[in-house]
Amino acid sequence: MSKKKHETPLLDELKKGPWPSFVKEIEKAAVRSETANDTLGQVEKSYRTRRGYWKHGGIVGVLGYGGGVIGRYSSLPEEFPGVKFFHTVRINQPSGWFYTTKALREICDIWDKYGSGLTNIHGSTGDLVLLGTDTESLEAIFAEYSSRGWDLGGSGSAMRTPSCCIGPARCEWANINSLEINYQLTQEFQDELHRPAFPYKFKIKTSGCAVDCVAAIARADLSIIGTWKGKIQIDQAEVQNYAKKGMNINAEIVNMCPTQCISYDGKEMKIDDAECSRCMHCIAKMTKALRPSGERGATLLMGSKAPIVVGSLLSWVIVPFIKLEPPYKELKELIRKMIEWWDENSKPRERIGEVIEIKGMRSFLEAIGVPPSPAQVKWPRKDPFIFFKDEDFEKVYKKGKY
Amino acid sequence: MSLPQRKTDIGPPHYEQFLPPVIKKNLGKWKYHEVLNPGLMVHVAEGGDKIWTVRVASPRILSTDTIREISDIADKFCGGYLRFTSRNNVEFLISDEKNVEPIQKELKAKGYTIGGIGPRISNVVHTQGWVHCHSACTDASGLVKAMMDELYEYFTTKELPNKVRLAVACCVNMCGAVHCSDIALVALHTKVPPIDHERVGKICEIPTVIASCPTRAISPDPAKKSVKINEEKCMYCGNCFTVCPAIDIHNPESDGVAIVVGGKIGSLRSAPKFSKLAIPFFYNEPPRWPKIIAAVKNILETYAKHARKHERVGEWIDRIGWEKFFKLTGIEFTFQHIDDFTFMRETMRSTPAFKW
Repeated sequence: MSKKKHETPLLDELKKGPWPSFVKEIEKAAVRSETANDTLGQVEKSYRTRRGYWKHGGIVGVLGYGGGVIGRYSSLPEEFPGVKFFHTVRINQPSGWFYTTKALREICDIWDKYGSGLTNIHGSTGDLVLLGTDTESLEAIFAEYSSRGWDLGGSGSAMRTPSCCIGPARCEWANINSLEINYQLTQEFQDELHRPAFPYKFKIKTSGCAVDCVAAIARADLSIIGTWKGKIQIDQAEVQNYAKKGMNINAEIVNMCPTQCISYDGKEMKIDDAECSRCMHCIAKMTKALRPSGERGATLLMGSKAPIVVGSLLSWVIVPFIKLEPPYKELKELIRKMIEWWDENSKPRERIGEVIEIKGMRSFLEAIGVPPSPAQVKWPRKDPFIFFKDEDFEKVYKKGKY
Repeated sequence: MSLPQRKTDIGPPHYEQFLPPVIKKNLGKWKYHEVLNPGLMVHVAEGGDKIWTVRVASPRILSTDTIREISDIADKFCGGYLRFTSRNNVEFLISDEKNVEPIQKELKAKGYTIGGIGPRISNVVHTQGWVHCHSACTDASGLVKAMMDELYEYFTTKELPNKVRLAVACCVNMCGAVHCSDIALVALHTKVPPIDHERVGKICEIPTVIASCPTRAISPDPAKKSVKINEEKCMYCGNCFTVCPAIDIHNPESDGVAIVVGGKIGSLRSAPKFSKLAIPFFYNEPPRWPKIIAAVKNILETYAKHARKHERVGEWIDRIGWEKFFKLTGIEFTFQHIDDFTFMRETMRSTPAFKW
């Protein structure tokens, strides 16, 4: 391999300082890879001229799939021939991002053989991302990975690779088995993941509790968040231990409870569970003393996304409570109905949340068979511009219930 | 050399084969956890089993060499098991208590940064920037590196009132979901893009270009077999460039970075909220963007000084009011802070009750 050593005075500045340096990572890969070496050269040029030099687009992928690979090319291929092609391969990560070192080494060995040696662990949606290969290596990469049990993730207008929090593997707050839900849903929607046929992307993220470690509520079209119906169990001896260790229980727990349902008289803590909104503050701060109990399940929320195209959305409560146990039949059926409604009502590049805004929540809820509930709204309609259907009079208003 | 037989639609490997035995045994049976130091926690199962976790920072872009080095360490102390967090930290999972001290020692000796647990800054979620993305208005990895060198102690040792989630997005598409972070950088274009009419006709699908515009600023230009942009409506999002490279939005002279604050995701105490604009614009100053980094540090330290214990940045601002946030941080309030997009009506104040 003939290699042109690039002068990188600006990037060299980012090798200084205590935080781990991405420049050092690219340099390590550049020892073996011309692609990584020319990445250094091109990024240095970006730092010098304050603009990027990547072109997007071009259909690249593996046979039979429409997604999983992102085409990327340098706009300066003559200056940096090593990055003429710089495609990304998304590998579907295991639930909870657990690995054995054997598995990680296997991933590295294959990638060193065909790619730049650079990775993102992990990408924003959660996939294990391999950064920088050429078009003709893609089939070989896929053959090697898939024969060893690794599949590609989602990209394009498709089901994106679902992701989840650590859940019951190492968290006492998991109300649902986020790992298994994530695995089962990923398996269920393989075709939708790999062969883009949607109006736009559709993301599913699962968190075991309201702490929401995977940011499901902000960036998943379907946000599955574990919760419970029941009491918060109190270990009074442990409450005393927290007080002894210096926790100001009234200031840090009682006064910060958003529903004011906790009291503490210096000896005993009491919780009015009927008033509790299960926000997790007290439980997260007193891990040894407080824990949920009773029926477990999840709240399903929908529609969140980042700003493009018409502004950011947070997910809305759709199903206030659902039991989630294998084989998750009800959940899978609900998702199929959601996708179907979205497909029928959307223009290209509209996320489901945007379509719900346009077509109305009623249209969506009826299509997926979910009844209206006060838990879905912050407050009822404040304007008097009310829509009625004839059937509403028959079903509700003629009965004289009011 | 022949390739192995490929398989399709097999999905990911089942996670169970990657779980350490103690986790497999206690799945769903954890009782509580304790943070023992900024980078070490222990989870205790109902039956008394324990697993220790040491968390280290990662630059997110990892070479295969580094992954192998991390794997060597996990082999030595963790029985070959490790994981990554949703914010791309590396977590070493230790089943045997006698390895807890030695692994920390070795990680420090090898130059790894231990921390990120508890009321601190964790790893920074970010996008690809100039390293890989076609629509980047700045570099994300470089901003994160410069920022975290400066805020290093808030990852490793120093405590904050609550955790502070930092994020960087290299354009308003926000693949890194900075829109709900405590303090986040989002890069912006600030000028209407020029149109290369010659190329638009050749390489772009005009209806798609028109549909890509959130503010309907783009309309057909039949005479030129191209499109035109209504300059009053364009807010330079660059979405048209994504579908049509002939509308090149890059502008080294006017691309830059904004700072947004006060977002959160978890429902603890208050509902999840979006980040809101604190500082509308900084020019790009690679390689270390000193003005941006100083501004982030100022906001972080003003929060650290004034917030109550357990308050997130957004909760602190909600309590004291935005007028006070601008006063305490010394940030100038400008026309850019007043929403003139679709959402103005819910952002204006309708009460004379506010703080001086």
